[in-house]
Amino acid sequence: METIMAYVVGALFAAAIYMMLRRSIVKLVIGLIMLTNAANLLFFVVSGMTRGAPPLIPEGALAPDGPVADPLPQALILTAIVIAFGVLAFAVVLIHRAYEVVGTDDLDQMKDTDT
Amino acid sequence: MRLEIFLPILIPLLAGTLSLALWRSRTAQRWLGVIGTGAMFASALWLLRSTIEEGHVVVDVGGWTAPFGITLVVDLLAAIMVVMTGFMSFMVAIYSLATISEGHERFGYYPLMHLLIAGVAGGFMTGDVFNLFVWFEILLLASFAMLTLGGERAQMEGAIKYVTLNLFASTLFLAAVGLTYGMLGTLNMADIADKVGQLEDTGMITVLAMMYMVAFGIKAAAFPLFFWLPASYHTPPVAVSALFAALLTKIGVYALFRVFTLIFNHDPEFTHGLILWGGALGMITGVLGAAAQFEFRRILAFHSVSQIGYMIAALGIMTPLALIGGIFYVVHHMIVKSALFLVSGVTYRFLGSHELKDLGGVYRQRPGVAVLFLIQALALAGIPPLFGFVAKFAVIRAGIEAGEYAVAGIGLFVGLLTLYSMIKIWAEVFWKKIPEHVEENDRFTGRQADPELWMLYLPLGILAVATVTLGLMAQPFYELVEMAVEQLLEPERYIEAVLGRDQ
Repeated sequence: METIMAYVVGALFAAAIYMMLRRSIVKLVIGLIMLTNAANLLFFVVSGMTRGAPPLIPEGALAPDGPVADPLPQALILTAIVIAFGVLAFAVVLIHRAYEVVGTDDLDQMKDTDT
Repeated sequence: MRLEIFLPILIPLLAGTLSLALWRSRTAQRWLGVIGTGAMFASALWLLRSTIEEGHVVVDVGGWTAPFGITLVVDLLAAIMVVMTGFMSFMVAIYSLATISEGHERFGYYPLMHLLIAGVAGGFMTGDVFNLFVWFEILLLASFAMLTLGGERAQMEGAIKYVTLNLFASTLFLAAVGLTYGMLGTLNMADIADKVGQLEDTGMITVLAMMYMVAFGIKAAAFPLFFWLPASYHTPPVAVSALFAALLTKIGVYALFRVFTLIFNHDPEFTHGLILWGGALGMITGVLGAAAQFEFRRILAFHSVSQIGYMIAALGIMTPLALIGGIFYVVHHMIVKSALFLVSGVTYRFLGSHELKDLGGVYRQRPGVAVLFLIQALALAGIPPLFGFVAKFAVIRAGIEAGEYAVAGIGLFVGLLTLYSMIKIWAEVFWKKIPEHVEENDRFTGRQADPELWMLYLPLGILAVATVTLGLMAQPFYELVEMAVEQLLEPERYIEAVLGRDQ
């Protein structure tokens, strides 16, 4: 399972970077969305995927029986997802506003501030 | 409960929340801006005093002992940075009173400023990598909104680049945090450092180090990852530019200093060698970029890249003197670059432009402003006896002592080019006659009174005094920074302070 997920993460990263290299700002944001998902999934995969073993401690015991899934990465990813959601919501509003102000969605025409 | 470690985060958060609650009252928000940042500065000084007395101030948030809970760790470097954050934001808050337009204030300038400061302070104090990521996001989100407030075309274009590259860096940082957790099973910096120190095979650790280096390198605007900075820093109102110049890149530099002294010190030949050359090339690229610019704020933005190069090169050299120089440089740059941005705001107020060709005659009409500019500009170029000289001298001397003659030579040469850029601004804005196509308006000549002008001069004056006094009396500050560097170079003390408490 980890192997398959590793490929999925790799494919997501590749697709995200491809999208970010496109000229359209909409595709840029799609790339950013995929990038954050790829990072979250990577976090999930590398910290170990344990199936069917919730981290519950039996009544009376001080530690769970046998190996259980690690709850910490899930909590962290949840935090990261929420953060990414907020930031991406901002990015979507930003490109909409930029499209209104500049009048194009082509990144190559947004070079006023560069040189 | 150690109150002083929480206050620098809580005060700006509280002030920001109160400002939001008082959304309709501009007056209240303006007062809160000054009082909140002032109180944050005072609490930071308290924290610095405790840190000098105790070495490391450590608090486990929520009572979960390290390495399981989130730990706030303040050593001297962090405390110095928090004090500088408080100082600079206090100065900018005063300046904002007179320069931020009513529209900006109505759309939440002050709440965002407080949020940004809280994020920066939290980032300096945290001892947990995931928590660092969260603080980064908090300050980024605040900075995104501050950068785009006003919604002009240049701001939108700059913001797209700024947002994209910084989001990319954050995502890379998150991926690196995930890999760290997967490899070592911990996120507490002290615990990570402890575990990395026990590993035999450090190949994968170097991979991890590179991910952190790129992620923080983008945030610090290090070479070759700085392109978002000159594209965006000159677009918002100058008070925002000054705040960004003081705080945003510095937290990236601080994070680099932290992880590459505490955690990734296993293979300095490779990692610190890369950092060293990134710094050296950054110095040149930034200063050459600045030489080609003819807009006040763009010149300053490119110089930021060059100055960040010095700080990073100091980290790359990694001797005690180099690190002292690096920290000096961070402090120096926070003061000087913000002050220069603030001066550009003053000349804009007089003449209504940032283009060098539309400016002129400031020395004749306002010699005081010219002096305030000259002090900071010469400090930036490293002219004695100003503070910039001390910082540059320490970095370059450390480079020569470590045998890095090429980097030291580049540092000296770049100092010369910096002087060239500053003299260009001096000659164009202050020295030459006012251009014929620009009319001398009454505000400029002083015929029309400008009752708010003291709010611009006051922070500039204080910053000029800071540059001069730190330069003339560098010794006490040197001793403080020397203690901070001793802590940095002995990571065992940090690990001991976090993990080895009364168990």
